[in-house]
Amino acid sequence: MEPRTTPQVGGMGHSMKRKEDPRLIRGKGNFVDDIQLPGMLYLDIVRSPFAHAKIKSINAERALKVPGVLAVITGETLAKYNLHWMPTLMSDTQMVLPTEKVMYQAQEVAGVIATDRYAAADGVEAVEVDYDPLPVVVDPFKALEPGAPVLRTDKKDKKDNRIFHWEVGDKAGTDRAFAAADVVVKQDLYIPRIHVSSIETCGCIADFDRVEGKLTVYMTTQAPHAIRTVFALVAGHVGLSEEKIRIVSPDIGGGFGGKVPVYPGYVIAVAASVVLGKPVKWIEDRMENLQADSFARDYHIKAELAAKKDGTMTALRIKTLADHGYADAAANPSKFPAGLFSICTGSYDFKNAFAEVDGVYTNKPPGGIAYRCSFRVTEAVHTIERMTDVLAQELKTDPAELRLKNFIPAEKFPYKSALGWSYDSGNYSAALKKAMEMIGYDALRKEQAERRKRGELMGIGISSFTEIVGAGPSKHFDILGIKMFDSCEIRIHPTGKAIARFGTKSQGQGHETTYAQIVAEELGIPAAHVEVEEGDTDTAPYGLGTYASRSTPVAGAAGAMAARKIRDKAKKIAAHLLEVSEDDLVWEPGKFSVKGAPQRAKTIQEIAFAAYTNHPQGMEAGLEAVSYYDPPNLTFPFGSYICAVDIDRGTGEVKIRRFVAVDDCGNIINPMIVDGQIHGGLTMGLAPALFEEISYDENGNIQGGSFMDYLLPTAMETPSWETDKTVTPSPHHPLGAKGVGESATVGAPPAIVNAVVDALSHLGVRHIDIPITPEKVWRILKDKGVAE
Amino acid sequence: MAKHKIRVSVNGVGCEAEVESRLLLVHFIREMLRLTGTHIGCDTTHCGACTVLLDGEPVKSCTVLAVQADGREVVTVEGLEQNGQLHPIQEGFWEKHGLQCGYCTPGMMMTGYALLKSNAKPSEEEIRKAISGNLCRCTGYVNIVKAVQHAAARSR
Repeated sequence: MEPRTTPQVGGMGHSMKRKEDPRLIRGKGNFVDDIQLPGMLYLDIVRSPFAHAKIKSINAERALKVPGVLAVITGETLAKYNLHWMPTLMSDTQMVLPTEKVMYQAQEVAGVIATDRYAAADGVEAVEVDYDPLPVVVDPFKALEPGAPVLRTDKKDKKDNRIFHWEVGDKAGTDRAFAAADVVVKQDLYIPRIHVSSIETCGCIADFDRVEGKLTVYMTTQAPHAIRTVFALVAGHVGLSEEKIRIVSPDIGGGFGGKVPVYPGYVIAVAASVVLGKPVKWIEDRMENLQADSFARDYHIKAELAAKKDGTMTALRIKTLADHGYADAAANPSKFPAGLFSICTGSYDFKNAFAEVDGVYTNKPPGGIAYRCSFRVTEAVHTIERMTDVLAQELKTDPAELRLKNFIPAEKFPYKSALGWSYDSGNYSAALKKAMEMIGYDALRKEQAERRKRGELMGIGISSFTEIVGAGPSKHFDILGIKMFDSCEIRIHPTGKAIARFGTKSQGQGHETTYAQIVAEELGIPAAHVEVEEGDTDTAPYGLGTYASRSTPVAGAAGAMAARKIRDKAKKIAAHLLEVSEDDLVWEPGKFSVKGAPQRAKTIQEIAFAAYTNHPQGMEAGLEAVSYYDPPNLTFPFGSYICAVDIDRGTGEVKIRRFVAVDDCGNIINPMIVDGQIHGGLTMGLAPALFEEISYDENGNIQGGSFMDYLLPTAMETPSWETDKTVTPSPHHPLGAKGVGESATVGAPPAIVNAVVDALSHLGVRHIDIPITPEKVWRILKDKGVAE
Repeated sequence: MAKHKIRVSVNGVGCEAEVESRLLLVHFIREMLRLTGTHIGCDTTHCGACTVLLDGEPVKSCTVLAVQADGREVVTVEGLEQNGQLHPIQEGFWEKHGLQCGYCTPGMMMTGYALLKSNAKPSEEEIRKAISGNLCRCTGYVNIVKAVQHAAARSR
């Protein structure tokens, strides 16, 4: 799409430099830990060394003698106000602080409040807790066995560790299709527990003003409005009323889903501020962040794929065990306990599919949130893209050919999937063919064959993913009953400049720039003159926040719709000023002119001035609008990625030689930002594919609870990503946009795994679970007798 | 806790303070001097968000005690801009979209700045190696490399 506006206006399609950067490159950002309020106190948290234990006693005597320590808050303190438990976003419950037992290692046990962070840490060291260890349930399969200790003894009627059973699709039809299939392939996949590890950890400053009765919380949250309502619902009984709660989400140092939930630390800080009447800051350290905050993934998947001899896929059947830790603290829309896992039929034209997921309690931290993905879409995409390669291997077919054969054809959109989704638009073969051309697919295959003859291990992997983002239509999508619309309020000032406020919250996505570009596109006001604000619940319109790639599909659409309301009014004012009928006016970005007399025109700036100085009689003065946008459907971005790897036979190391990514996110607001999001998304796809995993030993001790063991990719391991695009606009989004922040994280892992398996396929390797560490590969090489 | 008088030059300004022995340089910079551009991202010296220059060398200020900086020169991100002119490394990050959330950015820029001081024309490999002690979760490093290259070209 060619830009309709000039670079000076900076509407859609311009790679405008970011408006948020001048402060960030000068170290003048305003992150939560940068805020220092007068008289501020510090909270630090005592955490459990055991994964499951009865708390016999907590002795704070020694801690209270530490210079600077003012108070120690325990579950007993909070129980007096009935604040020791809180609801999760999935309508489960989770402890703020325990009164009886701890359920995972690193669980919050007590809060120490002190005059500075060093004193608070000293206090934490001095709190004495006497534990009585209980049997630990780590393995989710064992958790469901008869006789397994029931973990949630707080729930009176709970007799086992199952949280939910969820299923979707036509089971009988799918079973029949499997019975009739020429070929059936089966594969178990484990998608391990990982952590978003945004470089800024979580934290807050709770500031309760006793005189005004008002609580202000500066907080690392992706969803400030929803948090305000949750606080009002949870703490209403102690007198916190929603108009007296203000959540401010300042600059956020990365979110990726990890800053959606309410963590106990926030609530303890609020309670401490209310009790002490002083601002209380809580900033977790990296180990607390990794060990106690919501994890992602942890899906144990059994997948089966049925096909005809010629490779036509006919049916998909998936059974999954989801380890949620001790509480279901996922951040899914309420009606979707397994998120949008039912996108698992992917880019292929399946007639039959059936999927089921069982959620299970174990002695691990509660979760699971997304990791830069829209509600379990990564798990779904990993499954289908891996299974497609397993089938290709079984049929001895080229995986690209198999994909091209089974893609939903472009002419079938809008497409109704076997599991109930209505895909808005797509052209899958165009994206794959472009990626194949970019990487020189046929030549690479030849090279691979030659290298294989020489005993060298090289592999090529494809992933042709379909995303599902932009939750969501109010008919199906809500969080705790709040519908998943989003919002924008635009005010045009008399001199033709604007402020636009949104219900979302950027954590690096660049909303201050892209939202301004949307307003520029719709009104012709230069993006440089559009101030964008988010994250302060006292000023921004209500919205559900930024996660699941929903900002552009939902709030961005609200921005366009609000701007169009303004344009409608501007047209009336222009007609009044030009003394013509509205029907005689034509719009081009930035001005209305008279049909056939283009020199007779009024710019949006002139119209804005008139809205305050010379508005038509009978019309309200001013030029502003609000839109609460309820999307008619989700959007379905897609893409095809191809990865070429070389494997070191001596060390088992996987070296990514090239990685090409062709993405289609519909119409693009800012190509530079889209490219940047894809680079970052690819790197967060590489991370779990090769490096990241949080595992537990049999006693529930976390392995990988610091950056010593939890390996984020550095610039050395990260390849130089090659990106390109196709553009298939969304037919229902006002701008034809789809959202892109997470596509690459969703699409990249199976491309990498498929490449590694491809490099080893001639040795009989069919699957490797992620992360594909050098050790894992080396063991396979040794087992197959090819290690050097 | 014993206190020590220290004298540190920070961005060219002499600062005197009385600090506890255990006070980390990063907390001295952020909380006593209120220069909050230097960030904290981990506790094991892996992420590099807290990178500053100590006598011209990039260090992770979460692993340096404030008392170790006594009598020495510290440069933080706030010291890059001179007389209202952005340093080429800052321009590079803005121009090449080398930042998204901006949290790792100050540390990343300090490392890039130090690299260019010792190597005016680094290769991509040298840039990647130099910033491998600075973690970024948003950008995938591609545009950070370009930002440093841009700064290198501008500085020549």
